[in-house]
Amino acid sequence: MTVDKQSQKAAGEMRPGQPLLYLRSVAKSFANGTEALRNVNLMVNQGDFLSLLGPSGCGKSTALRLIAGLSTPTSGLIDWRGPAMGKTDIGFVFQEPTLMPWASVFDNVWLPLRLQGASRARAAPKVAEMLERVGLTGFENSVPRELSGGMKMRVSIARGLVTRPRLLLMDEPFAALDEITRFQLNHDLLSVWEQERFTVIFVTHSVFESVFLSNRIVVMAARPGRVYRELSVEAPYPRDESFRTSPDYGALCRKTSDVLGEAMHAVEDARGGTDAGNSHGGH
Amino acid sequence: MRLKMRGAAQMQETAMAVTEHPDNAVVIDPEEAGRLRAHKLERIGRWALPMLIMALAILAWDRICVWNEIPRYILPRPGEVVATLFQDSAILFAALGVTLKITFLSLGLAVLGGVGLSILFTQSKWMEMSFFPFAVVLQVTPIVAIFPLINIYVNDQTAKLLLCAWIVAFFPILSNTTLGLNSVDRNLLDLFKLNGATRWQTLRLLKLPAAMPYFLGGLKIAGGLSLIGAVVAEFVAGSAGQSSGLASRIIEAGYRLNAPRLFAALILISFTGIVIFLVLTWISNQLLKGWHESALKRDH
Repeated sequence: MTVDKQSQKAAGEMRPGQPLLYLRSVAKSFANGTEALRNVNLMVNQGDFLSLLGPSGCGKSTALRLIAGLSTPTSGLIDWRGPAMGKTDIGFVFQEPTLMPWASVFDNVWLPLRLQGASRARAAPKVAEMLERVGLTGFENSVPRELSGGMKMRVSIARGLVTRPRLLLMDEPFAALDEITRFQLNHDLLSVWEQERFTVIFVTHSVFESVFLSNRIVVMAARPGRVYRELSVEAPYPRDESFRTSPDYGALCRKTSDVLGEAMHAVEDARGGTDAGNSHGGH
Repeated sequence: MRLKMRGAAQMQETAMAVTEHPDNAVVIDPEEAGRLRAHKLERIGRWALPMLIMALAILAWDRICVWNEIPRYILPRPGEVVATLFQDSAILFAALGVTLKITFLSLGLAVLGGVGLSILFTQSKWMEMSFFPFAVVLQVTPIVAIFPLINIYVNDQTAKLLLCAWIVAFFPILSNTTLGLNSVDRNLLDLFKLNGATRWQTLRLLKLPAAMPYFLGGLKIAGGLSLIGAVVAEFVAGSAGQSSGLASRIIEAGYRLNAPRLFAALILISFTGIVIFLVLTWISNQLLKGWHESALKRDH
């Protein structure tokens, strides 16, 4: 594998541990009256693998879209640190593979480079390397419908990473996969990340997934979406299957699960609070 | 160790992606064998049955003519129609050429107009809101009712016919393509936006390919409609002008009680319609092969 050479090149540009961005009092409301996020403060460091964990409706995906610049906050600020973020510095992986069904695997992964004006020939080495990284060498000419769900997701990840983004945003990417495929993809994502240490913000509603992958877990509560509490996962990388069966992992999962449980209760408290004390709760 | 595991998983996934070959030497149980037989029969039946019915109908037609001694100027025997098709082939095929010219020109213009307008619509919601209703008005007004106006304002015979056939044919392309361009995956649109795609890139790399199946669906309808449009236009114009398409031949044959030629012309028109439909279906399948559900062969 040609992994080591690349990771050195990438490591030169990044300074892990430095702040990459701050969300400062970010709030987002929609025109239909939904308050998706309220007063979210969050710091993301370079090289973080940060999971946003929470029940549906807690604004995880909204937060991701705000960071991606696909949507603007109602109030508050997304404060970027370090060199300005360009178009190719953010990769996005959606919940669905979101591939172009008419295009080959190669063409799908080529897309972000192509939109920057890179010809097929110029993009080819990068695409080939990224496909190798996600284990899809030999499938360049397949079209998405010939691939399994897990492979489609690998293509989607390769597409997200092909521009060597400094920040990879992932919106419940493995939620629709079966558990075996999901474990495998968790594992492979982690090994790519361990080599390159780009920053990842990973939206999930799976406690196990968040504990296995991330060094920081931000638990969110719903209605309105807000940060409930942050947990850090101290277990060292590289993590492999033995981590999944370690007592540490079990304890961390239990703890995270408890916090998530509290966050869900906090939902009901908040709802009860607005119903009792506020006039706009009744519609 | 880790790499090995990944390799194994990859192989597992590879196996999943391999397409199944039905003719592999596997043991076939009676149920599967029955299904296979039924499938084969169905494939033959799909062609053979309509042919058989057709043959029976032609035979019945012939017998009815003979048994009831129907005169040839009312209902000619099928053999005579075929003979006429050959005898009058010079006139008939020249006429067919004229009709085909109008049909294909109007279909071409319908594609240009329909796709062009729908691209315009997808660039601006306001544009779509403003102009789409008028396209609907144009579509729902019977062309026969509009024709007298066209007859007044347009002098050139070919232009008249073209305009008529175009009005009939362009709407399915416009409405289908517009629907297709508006049905692009939202996430893919976001991805393009995120990567700073220009309007043109989004159109060329995303919207147009995504709209392709819809456009081709519209094209199939428009193909038939442009032939109908060409013939109807000729019918209406024929009494006024000196066009020599198939429709004029039919009218002429009708006046002269030349029923065999009338039937022969009719057969040519419907045959042309079938060919146009088959060709467009084939083109559609070729273009969508491999990715769109409509062009996929089903295994079961």
